[in-house]
Amino acid sequence: METITKYSVLNIQKLRQDFPILSKKVNGKPLIYLDNGATAQKPTQVIDAISNYYETQNANIHRGVHQLSIETTVTYENARVTVQKHLNAALSQEIIFTSGTTESINLLANSFGKKYIKAGDEIIISEMEHHSNILPWQILCEEKGAVLKVIPINDKGELLMDEYKKLLCDKTKMVAVTHISNTLGTINPVKEMIELAHEKNIPVLIDGAQALPHIKVDVQALDADFYCFGGHKIFAPSGVGILYGKEKWLNEMPPYKVGGGTIKTVTFEKTEYADLPLKFEAGTPNIEGGIGLAAAIDYVNEIGLENIGAYECELLEYATAKLSAIEGLRIIGTAKEKASVISFVIEEIHPLDIGTILDKLGIAVRTGHHCTQPLMQHFGIPGTIRASLVFYNTKEEIDVLVNGIEKAIKMLK
Amino acid sequence: MSIAEIENEIVEEFELFGDDWEGKYEHLIDLGRHLPLIDKQYKTDDRLIKGCQSKVWLRSEVKDEKIFFTGDSDAIITKGIVALMIRVISGHTADEIINAQFEFINKIGLIEHLSPTRSNGLVSMLKQMKLDAMVLKAQSLN
Repeated sequence: METITKYSVLNIQKLRQDFPILSKKVNGKPLIYLDNGATAQKPTQVIDAISNYYETQNANIHRGVHQLSIETTVTYENARVTVQKHLNAALSQEIIFTSGTTESINLLANSFGKKYIKAGDEIIISEMEHHSNILPWQILCEEKGAVLKVIPINDKGELLMDEYKKLLCDKTKMVAVTHISNTLGTINPVKEMIELAHEKNIPVLIDGAQALPHIKVDVQALDADFYCFGGHKIFAPSGVGILYGKEKWLNEMPPYKVGGGTIKTVTFEKTEYADLPLKFEAGTPNIEGGIGLAAAIDYVNEIGLENIGAYECELLEYATAKLSAIEGLRIIGTAKEKASVISFVIEEIHPLDIGTILDKLGIAVRTGHHCTQPLMQHFGIPGTIRASLVFYNTKEEIDVLVNGIEKAIKMLK
Repeated sequence: MSIAEIENEIVEEFELFGDDWEGKYEHLIDLGRHLPLIDKQYKTDDRLIKGCQSKVWLRSEVKDEKIFFTGDSDAIITKGIVALMIRVISGHTADEIINAQFEFINKIGLIEHLSPTRSNGLVSMLKQMKLDAMVLKAQSLN
């Protein structure tokens, strides 16, 4: 328990100083940033890594014979190794740089789909997926005549595992599920889900967009075939993300987009593609993004994901209790295993109205369907108000949020 | 009153609040409560203007060559702005509506609600109001 005390009481204020934007005022009020599920703020360690790159290294990678290009290539490839170690991937070439979670899933659906999916095949997703983990599979199914199957959820926002087991069959060619729901905060039992799929030799993609900032992910322990996430939610720049894939799959899969950097030899008759990971990284990548991502991972590891997890758990409990006490407020997503994401609705008040008033008070929350419209349909609501918390949020900020909501209710009712 | 005169009236009304955002929003919410509500029978999907977050319903009808609007929204602040729009342009001719600039929204400090990123349906509603006026004008010319 010592670590919790250390970080929850003493060092949060110190850690907050790493994030220059947190001292900003919005609408004349101190910013209270509770929209981390959309994007997280950046510490100076990340900002400095990017500035330093532009000030001292900027060059294209894998191309030049000159010193700057060599240095930049080394830094960029070191960033790949940082990601590899963080995910505990077996090989650095299993780490593909993309522009974010969305591109990672599009890459996989396109490339894997081209090679392995045919008419009558089935792809399993879940009812709580972000649109980014629905649409690429939906399009693939439409193109190939395959069928999209959906794991339903209960009213707490937990996957119905018995239904999942029933869906897994000989026709299933891919399971693509989220690790943590961006709307509900539910942490899905992905290890168990992967085991079940593997019993039938079905590969699994885990969408880790919301997981990386909160929990330690070990792709080998999970035995995930594919795992993806974006940088911007883990305190790294936007426009960079990762697709992890087991080498055996990535080697078999065709390139998804092609161009500079992806080839060994090109003639007009035939092109021989480069080995992993370059086969999937056409064009000049977001070099500063990759470098910033490595800096963010180092930063998070310095604080320690276990410490972060313990503190966020405490924050979640506090916020859940405080918010639940507000009359007419209903929390959407009450799974047993939950990350620090709280969605809620308030009787007879539109989420957008609450969000608008909170904004006037300097409080940043997200309102709407959170790119999970099927989930909103499940709960029969137009949207929710979502407070997504990370380690730099405090109980005091939650108190301000609660007061803000009460004020908004008074104004709006 | 002309559209410009009503716009000025609204600007003066909101000037009273100065920097008091709370007063301003309370007024807006109050206006929303007194919006000329669309008759339930017309609150149908074909009159629904879809925003990403809040929905707006709008109906127009012509009386004595003037166009009258009624509306509704599922969000009260959006409803307040719909009420302001209707107050400004309802009861005017098609030409007057087509040429309206709606500058008052900026002057009273609510322009953020007309940002396309706000996804509250208001930008589409403004377009729909002008489109209705154009259609009604074309019909009257035939």
